[in-house]
Amino acid sequence: MKKIDRSAKVRTGFHQAKWDEPVIFELSQPGERGVLVNRAHPEVAAAVPGLDAIPAFLRRAEAPALPEISQPRVLRHYARLAQETLGADVNIEIGQGTCTVKYSPKVNDQLANLPQMREMHPLQDESTCQGIMEIMYRTGEYMCEISGMDRFTFQPGGGSQGILAMASLVYSYFKARGEEAQRNEIITTIYSHPSDAAAPHVKGFKIVYLHPDADGYPDYEALKAAVSERTAAFFVANPEDTGVYNKNVLQFTRLVHEAGGLCAYDQANANGLLGVTRAREAGFDMCFFNLHKTFSTPHGCGGPACGAVGCTAALEAFLPAPLIRFDGTTYRYDYGNAANPNGIGKIREFNGVAPVILKAYAWIRSLGPEGLYQVAKTAVLNNNYLFKKLMELPCVDAPYIPGRQRVEQCRYTLETLYRETGVGTADVQRRMMDFGLHYWTSHHPYYVPEPMTLEPTETPSKADIDEYIETLKYVFDEAYRDPDKFKHAPYQSVCHRLDESNMDDPDQWAVTWRCYLKKFR
Amino acid sequence: MPVKGFQRHPYIPNSVPAVETEMLRELGLRSLEELHEEVPDEIVLKRPMALPEAFGSEYELRRHVEGLLRRNRSCADNLCFLGAGCYQHYVPAICDEINGKGEFLTAYGGESYNDFGRFQALFEFESLMAELVDMEVVNVPTMDYAQAAATAIRMGCRVAGRRGVLVPASMDREKLAVIRNYCTPDLELREVAFDKTTGCMDLADLRAKLSGDTGVVYLENPVYFGMFERNAREIAEAAHSAGAQCVVGVDPITLGVVAPPRAYGADIVCGDVQPLGIHMNYGGGQSGFMATMDDPKYVLEFPSRLFGICCTETPGEYAFADVAYDRTSFGHLRDQAKEYVGTQTALWGITAGVYLATMGPEGMRQVGETILQNAQYAAQKLAALPGVSLRFDTPFFEEFVLDFGGTGKTVAEINRALLARGIFGGLDLSNVFPALNGCAMYCVTEVHTKEDIDTLIHALREILQEGAE
Repeated sequence: MKKIDRSAKVRTGFHQAKWDEPVIFELSQPGERGVLVNRAHPEVAAAVPGLDAIPAFLRRAEAPALPEISQPRVLRHYARLAQETLGADVNIEIGQGTCTVKYSPKVNDQLANLPQMREMHPLQDESTCQGIMEIMYRTGEYMCEISGMDRFTFQPGGGSQGILAMASLVYSYFKARGEEAQRNEIITTIYSHPSDAAAPHVKGFKIVYLHPDADGYPDYEALKAAVSERTAAFFVANPEDTGVYNKNVLQFTRLVHEAGGLCAYDQANANGLLGVTRAREAGFDMCFFNLHKTFSTPHGCGGPACGAVGCTAALEAFLPAPLIRFDGTTYRYDYGNAANPNGIGKIREFNGVAPVILKAYAWIRSLGPEGLYQVAKTAVLNNNYLFKKLMELPCVDAPYIPGRQRVEQCRYTLETLYRETGVGTADVQRRMMDFGLHYWTSHHPYYVPEPMTLEPTETPSKADIDEYIETLKYVFDEAYRDPDKFKHAPYQSVCHRLDESNMDDPDQWAVTWRCYLKKFR
Repeated sequence: MPVKGFQRHPYIPNSVPAVETEMLRELGLRSLEELHEEVPDEIVLKRPMALPEAFGSEYELRRHVEGLLRRNRSCADNLCFLGAGCYQHYVPAICDEINGKGEFLTAYGGESYNDFGRFQALFEFESLMAELVDMEVVNVPTMDYAQAAATAIRMGCRVAGRRGVLVPASMDREKLAVIRNYCTPDLELREVAFDKTTGCMDLADLRAKLSGDTGVVYLENPVYFGMFERNAREIAEAAHSAGAQCVVGVDPITLGVVAPPRAYGADIVCGDVQPLGIHMNYGGGQSGFMATMDDPKYVLEFPSRLFGICCTETPGEYAFADVAYDRTSFGHLRDQAKEYVGTQTALWGITAGVYLATMGPEGMRQVGETILQNAQYAAQKLAALPGVSLRFDTPFFEEFVLDFGGTGKTVAEINRALLARGIFGGLDLSNVFPALNGCAMYCVTEVHTKEDIDTLIHALREILQEGAE
């Protein structure tokens, strides 16, 4: 035995779990069973017609071709697939800019799995739901304090559905004034989330895009030219995906209000602002928070989630029903809004994704006002530390406000690296997988060339951030030294470089196993 | 009052003062207050937020939340006969084991490489669901049944190139409200009456309302009231002969024993996978799906992610990626994409996949048969109680409407008395559907033993007798 050298800062020895696991249908062995199903009592079965009651044309002629697999094999299959997934529990999650992937405390998951949460039917009598109703009511109050809004709904099941709910509020507001046909434009920006354009379009709005000015702020002159008697609302994130905070935001919201429009704040990027600044003071009429981002509830591969929408008192009557009221002793559902002919009515079935609300509640209670403020400050500190270190690298740049602070994230450009080596952001992304690190480019289209969007949040340590920086440096150095290496990356991830040539070809794409078998066997 | 931070919080490693100072120094700053220099002073919050102080320990937090939840009465400790879109079925242990795995629970937007397992599990969900519904294309799940129906309707109208939509007047009022909001102002919804004897769609009213503007006829099977839609084939035929698309909403747990909607003419199928291995979660377990055949006319209208199988550079290796990505609002088209996409309910999709793989064809047949038997037994016995009758005469799956009109008691009174006995009675339809005053919708599944059902019958008999005394 001798001293073991542990000085390396980059995990060159990493290899992600790779199981070469078959597609589940290939595991089928006729006769195997995964679970024994509860059957009817013999006296019950004897007393009723059972399957014979189904109208003849509705009886299933052939059993579904589901696989037949024993329980240990099903478990092993999915346990292996889980190992082949780089969740935030195992990854230094700095690479998923705009999505605030932070630590999701385990105690909150355990609380949400208690039978008094999990085994609750949403239509139970209110007297049997006072615990969860109190949690939802109080969380609504906290959201009001954090945003300055007057009332929240937790119905939207994700951020994009939250944006749809905001667009629906806008529609309702103008419908109540008989102006819904005239006020049919929503103004957004190219650096706000794509859903700020796509979801309002579903509500029938025409979308007007603002491009950034030289500082990266939405172009105020363009806004002046865009607002008119057709303007229904301004939908914007601040900071936008660039991490640049629009310091003139009040000017923007005032201008839109003067034109008779409403202002909707996409607060998917709120993590750096908790306790620092709020939607109300910035002039917004409504906003939404992603509980699965800023408020730590796990992303679950993309939901279940919650896009909590808040609004001012002037818009409350349009919110989806029900709202929760509290009279000092009892919580009850108020369905009054359902009767509002101009109201939204309903955004999602029942009363929101309750376990997600519970987890957000527990997270807020574990931090308190000082902790939430610390979250914002540390998230911004981490990001500006990362920003400074990366901007010292000659091949990295970031457009707009040079030398000034970003909020909680930044969209960088690797244009120089690409020009000098031929290695672009997609190549760097694949190579980063070889070191166990996730890395994200940008939404489409790429307005910033060769984009790299990073958001450290408050939950990695300095050592974690340094590891991410060191690994990026290693990869950039390699791009100059051995650019060919990138052509076939990754090497140590779960699979090798994809051939996606079939993905847009109807004759070759295969969304299911049965399509694959039909086309290729 | 100055705004303070929270040093050495366990979730915030860099709140350790020495580390914080070192990082600030690296930026040429002296304190956290010097961050956020871009936020103008006039909108800076200059007071601490008025929120409760943090709990002093994880233990205190746990005690507090457990205490709140103790004020709930769950279906684990009471007998529940509520359905109406959210269902109590047995959740095999393996489903919770898999969706509780931290890797799945905390993954999000990774690539096919580092999130390979997430892609495969969701491809398998699509594939297993495709077998169950006998279609070829299924999406990565959307929000819930209502959202799936709303999107399926919009898809169908785009395919038909029309904007008229006919929906059953029997459908869940809240689901209809979701659809109405999602389709307004682009589409025009009209309701088709239901037959007051059968509960199924009124064919004469359907034919009267079908026109050259009808893009979609939407029907549900089972109908919201629980019965099989005995006119399903005639509805689909009528839709097609008017040049409309037929969209069918279905409860997937029926499909081990009930014919898949394509067998009677569905063009697009939708529904909720919550019954497939997902706890009720107070309505947080809902998760919608849509399904079509593999025809680009339909496939290119999905707004959702569609994960497809592909090759890699290595022979014999497969992987997964997005099919026709630019359909989605994540692609280059933004507002010109098909509706919108975002975080929805992927973890429930993975869970439903685990459920279907575990149940297999025999398990799905058995669960379907057991539910039918238990529900029929319950309905038979309940309808034999004095003053109680089955409101509709059509065979049903797991839900049925009881008319308490002859008992001299309101459903609300009956349900209050049941609640006192630890029973959550059926959903009160009074004031929801004018034709169903005095009626309640009961749901019985494979989780209800004979003893459970007999307990309900015994309790109801007692409650109804109390009135007669």
